[in-house]
Amino acid sequence: MSLSTAVKEGDQISPRQVIKLDATGTYYKDLNREIRSLAQAGARKFEIHNVYGQRYLGTNLWGIKDRDKIRLKIFGTPGSDMGAFMDGPTLEVIGNAQDATGNTMNCGRIIVHGSAGDVLGYGMRGGEIYVRGNVGYRVGIHMKEYMDKIPTVVIGGTMQDFFGEYMAGGRIIVLNKFFQGNPPIRQSYFIGTGMHGGSIYVRGDVEAHQIGAEVGISEPTDDEWKIIERYVANFCSVFGLEKNQVKLLKREKFWRLYAKSKRPYGRLYAY
Amino acid sequence: MKDLSRTNNPYNDEKVISQCSIFGMMDTSGKLHSGKQVITAISNMHERGNGLGGGFAIYGCYPERAEDYALHIMYHTRASRDETEVYLKRFFEIRHSEEIPTFPTPAIKNPPDVFRYFVQPKMEEVHEIISDNDLVARRVFKINTSIDNAYVFSSGKDMGVFKGVGFPEQIAEFFGLEDYYGYIWTAHGRFPTNTQGWWGGAHPFSLLDWTVVHNGEISSYGANRRFLEMYGYVCTMHTDTEVVAYAVDLLARKHELPIETVMDIFSPPVWEQIDRLETQEREYFEALRKVYGPLLLNGPFAIIVAHHGEMVAHTDRIRLRPMVAGLSGDIVYTSSEESSIRLISPDLDRVWIPVGGHPVIARLKGIPGHDIVEGGKPVGGAEPLEVGN
Repeated sequence: MSLSTAVKEGDQISPRQVIKLDATGTYYKDLNREIRSLAQAGARKFEIHNVYGQRYLGTNLWGIKDRDKIRLKIFGTPGSDMGAFMDGPTLEVIGNAQDATGNTMNCGRIIVHGSAGDVLGYGMRGGEIYVRGNVGYRVGIHMKEYMDKIPTVVIGGTMQDFFGEYMAGGRIIVLNKFFQGNPPIRQSYFIGTGMHGGSIYVRGDVEAHQIGAEVGISEPTDDEWKIIERYVANFCSVFGLEKNQVKLLKREKFWRLYAKSKRPYGRLYAY
Repeated sequence: MKDLSRTNNPYNDEKVISQCSIFGMMDTSGKLHSGKQVITAISNMHERGNGLGGGFAIYGCYPERAEDYALHIMYHTRASRDETEVYLKRFFEIRHSEEIPTFPTPAIKNPPDVFRYFVQPKMEEVHEIISDNDLVARRVFKINTSIDNAYVFSSGKDMGVFKGVGFPEQIAEFFGLEDYYGYIWTAHGRFPTNTQGWWGGAHPFSLLDWTVVHNGEISSYGANRRFLEMYGYVCTMHTDTEVVAYAVDLLARKHELPIETVMDIFSPPVWEQIDRLETQEREYFEALRKVYGPLLLNGPFAIIVAHHGEMVAHTDRIRLRPMVAGLSGDIVYTSSEESSIRLISPDLDRVWIPVGGHPVIARLKGIPGHDIVEGGKPVGGAEPLEVGN
């Protein structure tokens, strides 16, 4: 691994300095340790090049002061569990992300310019994830919320099956290729199976057989439209898209999927 | 029947659960490639395995003896080799035999002796009409079930399986696989969680020129095994992947079903989805489930199946194990992780995540109607997920 500037122990790094790392052939533990020690020395802006499968990026930055100002720009294909348990930093991937992105993430932001794999946002409890492309199976499973900590995921493309399964809180917005100027494509199956909290907002038609028995469908309320527009505006600014398109969204067919009951299985095991 | 439980199943478990890395690469123009790239790709997924199993299948690696069956046999004792060679001399014409060259490395401990024999089956003592393939398969089962400490782990023509206990990169070093050339390579890194890793239990599993590498768990192992036993297959490894290899042999080779149909038998849509299909498609799936229901593979799995001319990457119907496909010119890649594909081929024409239960099929070019890359129509309009290039 090579550093743009040699950092000696005890050095203070200016938060404005961009630290460039070359991850070629570096084991994920070494890479993450290096990032942590640089962040402890004050570094806040990182560019990490040639990332091929290194896991848990952004995870071990817990406890660092001002960690919400840490920004990792990742070039390549980061490994699974990127941003797992992350608490504050921003990760931006120029490329695709693999599986389990933002696993049980607590706070912070993940921006993926390509697509992401399966199980994105699993058990997520706070923070934001923006994916410009598509996402795989079982995304947003068991997301949850508490008081003002409401995790939010915005997906530019579409998703595969078991989307929002057992979802307990938070929001997911699926734009279904709106910004590519494409008509919505058919959504996946088993959406929101076992859902008991939170909201999924999807562009395009959703048929009854595609959703779980625990899911209700309605149109978003005016208050919900404000939330959708706010996060889609964020989506535009992180990906450099024209923000004035956001108001065109309201002309589209948009559905809100919600949990019919907070305790769908409450009577199942009661005698 | 020899006692295999000592070596591979001390607690007599019905099945083995594993969680592994798989990688496949096929040049559909038939051009041969050294093992270098595949070794780099599979070792990039080091984290998925635990060093208790690694292996490779190479197609096109014995062009100078392409007409002979190449038997790779591992011996744990000298006596087992003597006994096996007596058997081989009686039932095969051995055209060439040698110890497989190995390069001892500290990481590979107590390797068995590995030999290869290029053979043709003898017909003299056979009093029935039987194909060469069936005869060779029968002899392979005979050795694997009756000679202690000897195990045939590869038996196809112009192809070979190389496997053992270690990380895949260590196994590659042990066998010197950088110096082998093939147009299809599949590779596996193992994470056995229920039983010890042993040499025979590493992937790929093979019979004749069919090989399987597998990540996941076949929960239906018991039902599948009982069905296969009715057709004479003997499960000797007590690992779930074995049933996939024999099921492919039964369906694709013996029953001559197209590979798409075989995969539809393994991962049919759920009944609820079948009910919504058009009549013809619905009847097709209903028929498959009636006739071959016991070969439905349940549980989470991703597999790469290969034989000469074809490489198939496939997952369970709700894709509980990962699979990514990539295309660069004539070369098709399939992998547990995208990063491994990009590491060896940064400029891809296409990358996609297949729909669960719908195979990606790479075929040799030049055979009419046989040069497609993706097979199996997604049910009900679901689309493979393009993830850009």
